[in-house]
Amino acid sequence: MKEFLISLLQNQILVYTVMAFVPLAFVVPFALFAVWWERKISAHMQDRLGPMRTGGWHGWSQTIADIGKLIQKEDIIPAASDHFLFKLAPYIVFTGSYAAYAAIPFSAAYVGSSINIGLFYVIAISSLVVVGLLMAGWASNNKWSLFGALRSAAQIVSYEIPAALALLAVVMVAGTFDLQEINRLQGGWFWHWYAFSNPLLFLAMVIYFVSSLAEVNRTPFDIPEAESELVAGYHTEYGGMRFALLFLSEYANMFAVSAIASTLFFGGWNSPFGNALTGPWWGLIWFVAKGMTFIFIQMWLRWTLPRLRVDQLMYVAWKVLIPFAFVIIFGVGIWTLVVR
Amino acid sequence: MITTATTDGPTIRRTETIPGLRRSLRAHEMIVNMGPQHPSTHGVLRLELIVDGEIVVDVIPHIGYLHRCFEKHCEHMTNYQQVVPYADRMDYVAAMSNEFGYVVAAERLLGIKVSDKVEFTRVIMAELSRIASHLIALGTYGMDIGAFTPFLFCMRDREHILDIFETTCGARLLYNYMWIGGLSHDPPASFKDKVRDFCRYFKPKINELNELLSYNKIFIERTAGVGVLPPEVAVNYAVSGPTLRGSGVQWDLRRNDPYSVYDRLQFDIPVGKGIKGRVGDCWDRYMVRVEEMAQSVRIMEQAVEMMPSEGDVQSAIPKRIRPAAGEVYARTETPKGELGYYIVSDGTASPFRVKVKAPSFVNLSALPAMSRGAMISDVVAILGSIDIVLGEVDR
Repeated sequence: MKEFLISLLQNQILVYTVMAFVPLAFVVPFALFAVWWERKISAHMQDRLGPMRTGGWHGWSQTIADIGKLIQKEDIIPAASDHFLFKLAPYIVFTGSYAAYAAIPFSAAYVGSSINIGLFYVIAISSLVVVGLLMAGWASNNKWSLFGALRSAAQIVSYEIPAALALLAVVMVAGTFDLQEINRLQGGWFWHWYAFSNPLLFLAMVIYFVSSLAEVNRTPFDIPEAESELVAGYHTEYGGMRFALLFLSEYANMFAVSAIASTLFFGGWNSPFGNALTGPWWGLIWFVAKGMTFIFIQMWLRWTLPRLRVDQLMYVAWKVLIPFAFVIIFGVGIWTLVVR
Repeated sequence: MITTATTDGPTIRRTETIPGLRRSLRAHEMIVNMGPQHPSTHGVLRLELIVDGEIVVDVIPHIGYLHRCFEKHCEHMTNYQQVVPYADRMDYVAAMSNEFGYVVAAERLLGIKVSDKVEFTRVIMAELSRIASHLIALGTYGMDIGAFTPFLFCMRDREHILDIFETTCGARLLYNYMWIGGLSHDPPASFKDKVRDFCRYFKPKINELNELLSYNKIFIERTAGVGVLPPEVAVNYAVSGPTLRGSGVQWDLRRNDPYSVYDRLQFDIPVGKGIKGRVGDCWDRYMVRVEEMAQSVRIMEQAVEMMPSEGDVQSAIPKRIRPAAGEVYARTETPKGELGYYIVSDGTASPFRVKVKAPSFVNLSALPAMSRGAMISDVVAILGSIDIVLGEVDR
C-alpha cells in the first residue's frame, strides 16, 4: 500500500500523513458502530429494544446524533482543576490507544508500520494510556475521579504483566515479534492458527483475553469506572468533546486488544478455509470479523457478570494469571524443544 | 463545626472536628461524601465516608433530604382516612404494605372487624407488594455489585404485579386502596385468576434469578462474608425484616405477632444460614429475600383459594371515624421489616399523633457497625443488602 501511495502522491511526507490517518478512518466509524452495537446487544439481553428511532432502521444513527450533541456542548473545565493537565489528559489517552494501530496488520497488504518489533511496540505504546488516565483523575481535583484513576493505574499495570507473558508464549513459538510475520506463519486452514494448533497457546489466549478485559476496563474488571461506586471514575468531570475523546479511546482500545488477540491466536487476516476467500480485501474482512467476535464477547460478558472488588482483582492478576502464564511459558519452551 | 479549643496566649488555636466523629482525622485519612447524588445510595442519602485509601474507617449516614413531615401532616388531616394516601408515600416501592399497617392500627383503635374477603384481598395485595419490593431490592442489589441485566429482568416481572394493582385500584405506584374498614374497590371478577396466573408465571423466574445472579461466582465473592451482622448485634440495633432474618434470627411478625389472617396461612420463615460465608453476611440477607418471594407466592396461592368471592368490601367502613380517646400501637411485617404505627386519639376526627417506626430507618442505623473496616465497594454492597427506601427513612 505504501508503494502505491508513493507512486500516487510522489511525496514521502504526504504519504506518511495519509498512512497515519488511515486507521482513524477505521477507528471512528468503528467506535460509532460499537457504541450502537453495544446498546443493541445489551438491550436484547435485557428484554428491551434499545435505540429504535434515530435514523429509521433500529436507530442506526443514534451514536452519530450523540456525537453531534457532544461536539456542540459547552467545554466545561472545573475551576479547581489543574487546567493544563485536565486538557492534556484526553489527548494522551487517545494517543496511547491510537498509536497502537500503527503496527496492527489489518490485511496482508496493509500495516501502518511493518516494524520487526511490532508486538513489543504495541504492548509498550498502549501503556501510555495509563499515564493519561492518572492525569485525568488527578487533574479533575475530584476524590471520586482520583479513586478511579488510582484503581485504573494499579489495574492496568498489574494486568499488563500476564498479558505480556501470554503474548510471549506466542513469540516463543513464532520466533518473531513482527506481527505480519506471525500472521504469515499461521496461514492455511484454521487448525494452523496458534490457538488451535497448540493447547498451551490456547490457554495463553484465555489468559491474554482475561487480562485484556482488565486492560480496557471491561466487566468484570470495570472497577476504575464502576458506575455504582465511583459514578464514572476518572472521567466524572469531563464533558462534551473531551469526554467523547476518552470514550472514543476506550472503544479504540477495545478493538486494539481484540485485534492483537485475533492476530496472535486466530490467524489475523488469514482465511479459516485454507486458500479459499483470501486476498487483501478478504483479509481485511476476516481480520475485522475476528476482532468483532472478540468485541462481542467483551460486551456479552459486560452485560452478564457482576464486578470484582479491587483486592479480588489484584488477586486474580498476581496469584492466578501470572503463575499460570509462567507455567505456560515453561510448557511452551519444552514443547518447542520436543516438537522441533 | 469549628470549636475554639483554647484561647490562651495571643493566638487562638482552632481545632477542626467533624460532626459525629469522635476524633479528628489522621493524616492519611480522607472524607468522601457518597451522595446525596450517587447511584448506589438508593435515593437521597448522604454517607460521609472516612477512608484510608480504599478502606473505610467510619461511615456516618446523613439523612433528612427527603423529609416530608409525614407525622405532622397526619395531625392536620380532617379525618383518619386521609392519612392513607400519605402512608403510601413512605415506602413507595411497597405502598400497599404501608397502607396495610396503618389500617390495621386504625381498625384496632376503632375496634372494627373486617370481613374475610377484605382480609384475604389485603393479604394478597401485601404479598404482591412484598414481591414487588424484593424484586426492586434484588435487582438494584445486582446493579450495585455491577450486574446490570438482573435488574431489568426483575423489573419485567414486577410489571405483572403492577398490572394486577392497576386492574384492581387503577394506580400503579401509590394506591390509596386499603381504607379503614374496607377497600376502595371491590376486586374485579378476574382478580383470582390474575393472581393464580402470576403465581404460575413467577415461580420459575426465581430460579432464573438464582442462575443469573445468586449463584454467580463473582457475586458470591463480592457478598459472602461481607458486612457481617452477628445475631446479637442485629438484635441490639433492633433491626428487623430480612436484615434481621439474614442474621439467622427467626423473627417475622406475620408469625410472631399475627395480624389480619396470617395465622390461618402456612408459610416458612427463611433465615440466613451462612452457606456461602458467615451468618449475617450480605449474601444471606440477599438470599432471605429470594426465599421470601417463594414464600409469598405460597401465601398467595392459599389466600386465593380461601378468599370468599361474595361480599361487600365496604360494609365495615364507618360513616364517621371518631375513635374514643386512647392510643394504639400496631406493627406489621412490611418487606423492609417491622413497620409500627403508634396512633394517639384525643376523641376528635383527626389523629392527635401518628408516630411511625420505620424499618428502613432502624436498619440504616446498623450500617456503620457493618461497614467499619470494609472497602468502599463493600459499603455499596452492604447498603444495598439492607434495602432502604429513603421515603421511609426520612418520612
